[in-house]
Amino acid sequence: MLTYIIRRVLYAIPILLGVNLIIFGLYFGLNSPDDMAETILGEKRVTQEQIDDWKRQHNYHLPKMYNTEERGLGFFTQTIFWQKSMRLFIFDFGKSDTAEGKSIGDEIRSRIPNSLAMTIPIFLASLFVNLFFSMIVAFYRGTYLDNSMRFICVFMMSISGMFYIIGAQTVAAQMLKLVPISGFDAGLYKIKFLILPILVGLLRSFGGAVRYYRTVFLEEINKDYVRTARAKGLGENKVLFKHALKNAMIPILTNVVVGIPFLIMGSLMLERFFSIPGLGGYMIDAIGKQDFAVVRSMAFLGSVLYVVALIFVDISYTLVDPRVRLK
Amino acid sequence: MKETITAIWNNWYFQDFLVLSLAGTLTFVGLKLAKRDFWQIAFRQIFQRWSVRICFTILTLYTTVAVLDSIGYHPYLRDKDGDIELHPETKQPVVDSKGVSVLDIVLRPLKNNAENTFSAPLSDQEFAKMTFTTEEGEVVRDYKPLDHPGKHLLGTDRIGDDVLYLCLKGIRTGMVIGALTTLLVIPFALFFGIVAGYFGGWVDDVVQYIYTTLSSIPPILLIVSFMVLFENPGLPQLVFIMGITSWTGLCRVLRGETMKLREAEYVQACEAMGVSRAMIMIRHIVPNVMHLVLITVVLGFSGRVLAEVVLSYIGISVGAETVSWGSMITGALPELSRDPAIWWQIVATFLFMLGLILPANLFGDALRDALDPRLRTR
Repeated sequence: MLTYIIRRVLYAIPILLGVNLIIFGLYFGLNSPDDMAETILGEKRVTQEQIDDWKRQHNYHLPKMYNTEERGLGFFTQTIFWQKSMRLFIFDFGKSDTAEGKSIGDEIRSRIPNSLAMTIPIFLASLFVNLFFSMIVAFYRGTYLDNSMRFICVFMMSISGMFYIIGAQTVAAQMLKLVPISGFDAGLYKIKFLILPILVGLLRSFGGAVRYYRTVFLEEINKDYVRTARAKGLGENKVLFKHALKNAMIPILTNVVVGIPFLIMGSLMLERFFSIPGLGGYMIDAIGKQDFAVVRSMAFLGSVLYVVALIFVDISYTLVDPRVRLK
Repeated sequence: MKETITAIWNNWYFQDFLVLSLAGTLTFVGLKLAKRDFWQIAFRQIFQRWSVRICFTILTLYTTVAVLDSIGYHPYLRDKDGDIELHPETKQPVVDSKGVSVLDIVLRPLKNNAENTFSAPLSDQEFAKMTFTTEEGEVVRDYKPLDHPGKHLLGTDRIGDDVLYLCLKGIRTGMVIGALTTLLVIPFALFFGIVAGYFGGWVDDVVQYIYTTLSSIPPILLIVSFMVLFENPGLPQLVFIMGITSWTGLCRVLRGETMKLREAEYVQACEAMGVSRAMIMIRHIVPNVMHLVLITVVLGFSGRVLAEVVLSYIGISVGAETVSWGSMITGALPELSRDPAIWWQIVATFLFMLGLILPANLFGDALRDALDPRLRTR
């Protein structure tokens, strides 16, 4: 088990290195730091001096891949690739590209709790609600209820997440004035701001998840051991909730654990519309400001979380299914 | 080099050519498939359901609008006197980037009924009060009557364009993003997925490495990063980038299926008889994974149309000349907080998007039930 985990962690290194190379290639392959400086500082009224200043301030004056002026390790380390890309491996995100040049690491650390305050409730609530509904649908499979629920699921999947947000804000906040439209606060006061985004997050995931879990349950229900259980005289309740649920855990776990990056990275749209100062909002702001140092850092962070989630998926398999052995 | 590529990308006839060839290919493949028993039975089975027939009709209507909107020409811009406008610097005639398509000609009454600013659906006056001079020469502050009262089924937008017309124009953009991206995805995914699944070993390792790496980057950030490569990104660039960033899902599915098929008896028999590996893959494996391709294509289509809205909102748009549902929603959002709210733009795009995506999803579901017995849901 331990050797397996170690091997998987080592396997993650080339993936993250590949991520780094792709991102670096995209940002520095065709564009020079001068172009970036012009975009950030404003294209029209910018002098070469200002550009050079900005580049020196943000370490973009270095050569891209190798530095012929340096000796020893400096040949590799005194370069944009090393300073901007490789340092991400020790989670040193550096400064943002904007003129103020805030520390990205500090910003991320201060924003993660805000994202978590919204995503963890969404994650847990949607897991329980969706599993609950999908089991009911699977229980009443083939009936009128099942058919209409399937249509409702597809219907809900066909609506852009943006419309859920707009609809919820209009109805609950503007018309009924139940909760504030958007905003954020410290401590427990944030709850009133979080109710609506959590509800929208739940609604958004409902259709796809219920439909998927239902398929998983139905696949399980048609298996031999379920027939055996029924033949023994077990009630449909017990068959479904005791036997089928346990065996359906593998595909469900995959679906759930792959959502781990979402927990930390937050949701772009929800955080933007409800003004929650989390990582999702940070990303959108950075994209809007063309602050690509932040975009690169977030892309790397996202990949790390994804790779970690993949390892967790495999480990969780062994926990729910004794047949799976990791080698 | 970069300029040439940009010039080809932005050539309007090139885009239209792609759309039309896509429609042609789809029809061709459809007719070709209809001759095979397996597909015939499946299609007959799903078309027995009235819901599928309705969905298919709606999808055909949307496709027709998209195709009509792709047949057209781009005339030179003319000034008020009807003379051809010249570019101030190059002294070359300027091409009207919006173009005139068959759809524009059909919808001429809608297109030319533009007002000055917002007006509610079927209203005969403008939305907001303003000061203006009446025909009698009086200066009053009131709701100004419209030039074409009651003619706007879905109202007009900020600059007075008919919302129904804009929604209809958005169909092509949505269909192009959904369908053309898919066309790009299929060859990549088919090649890498089948090669990885069939050969296994180091080939499999390499392909797995590539798609794990690509799919580990959050998709939106990957698209943003790719967009940096282009100077003035528009619809073709967006399609291209969505294509190369989203083939990983289908690739993974095809790899898994091919690994299963590799052990199938008919493939083993072919190997025993000495059929070459390339031949086995093309003649025996590709046709047997086509149902998965079709299912993923139809279900992925709606996902891409939805993704465009988000991309548009964060500033990755299809270009100012192209009308898209995403840019319409993004433009209409600030107006929603007015009092009374300007709701008709949002509602109109909502209905038009739902009208495309819901039938596509239902149709995809029906296809999956018929073609993939393992996933049968009823």
